[in-house]
Amino acid sequence: MTRTASVLFALGSLGAVARKHRPVVFVAVVGALAAPSLAGDIPLGERRSGYATMSAATQAMQDDDTANPGMLWVLDGETLWRRVAGEGARACADCHGEAAQSMRGVAARYPAFDAKRGAAIDLEGRINRCRLEQQQAPALKSESKELLALTAYVARQSRGLPIESDDARLGPTIEAGRTLYERRQGQLNLACAHCHEDHWGQNLAGNTVPQGHPTGYPVYRLEWQGLGSLQRRLRNCMIGMRAESYAFESPEFIALETYLMWRARGLPLESPAVRP
Amino acid sequence: MARSLIKVSPNPRRGEVMEIKTLISHEMETGFRHTNTGTAIPRDIITTFVATYNGEEIFAAQLYPAIAANPFITFYTVARDSGVLEFRWTGDNGYAVSEQVKITVA
Repeated sequence: MTRTASVLFALGSLGAVARKHRPVVFVAVVGALAAPSLAGDIPLGERRSGYATMSAATQAMQDDDTANPGMLWVLDGETLWRRVAGEGARACADCHGEAAQSMRGVAARYPAFDAKRGAAIDLEGRINRCRLEQQQAPALKSESKELLALTAYVARQSRGLPIESDDARLGPTIEAGRTLYERRQGQLNLACAHCHEDHWGQNLAGNTVPQGHPTGYPVYRLEWQGLGSLQRRLRNCMIGMRAESYAFESPEFIALETYLMWRARGLPLESPAVRP
Repeated sequence: MARSLIKVSPNPRRGEVMEIKTLISHEMETGFRHTNTGTAIPRDIITTFVATYNGEEIFAAQLYPAIAANPFITFYTVARDSGVLEFRWTGDNGYAVSEQVKITVA
């Protein structure tokens, strides 16, 4: 039996035990990660985008707009931006004009505080609210090609600008997000912070654990062979922890997104980024 | 919303080796996957890519199910005369997209 195979076998048998004696296995499997050091936030100067730990080939793919497949969605988004929709018979462009001016810096400020509803709202939610209220068109489905395209197009206008999170009204949402981020969950009994605060830069299987800054969403993920939102990525992580994922656009996801953007404040936006 | 992105230097010098980059939006469904209920998802891929330079074929490729979604194909040619580069992608279910780029050789 090769070394890899025996390790897999060992993990497999531990998994079998896990269902019977969960607390014992918790010590055995998660032992290395168990101490919830949560040593505090990564110092501002040490924060790195996931871009920094990607291979040179993937970095080159993101840097070249003709090689970055995310740009295909941006082009579709530009078409949708000018397309009349709904009973309001208006296109995004009819109110907002040229996105290059009107949307510059917008994505860097989201999720933002929606004063009308007294809650945080993310960029996808904002676009759908505009569709419902201004265009009187049906909301676009989460992760639909159209919603991703419009989000990517809007986010693209803020590329290179620093992420801002200085609205005091977002305070409670950021705190709620932090609580979720630091809370253990799922069958592996891990918190987001265990990997992304305490073990970033180390390896998880063949990949480098990133710090988890959402600097490039919506992101073209090579594993997905498509564009996806931050919520889809968070779902992925939760499934990996064997936790039950929150629903798209749920308050928990919005809170997590708001916290993560606050945590990444000051880092430049890369949308649409490419990730492995 | 079939989309492509093409990068060619618009004003190459005569004799210059120019790089041509093409990216096209396509799902490239392999035909090997099944839905949750076990139904096979039929193959839907781009099968051929052909590039011509003033009507003469300069590059061609056959694509198979192992090619990733949104195929990115890049190749080189020598700039000879001003004219038109044409790129043609064809595939399953009558898929056919063609794009043209004009270049002026100095």
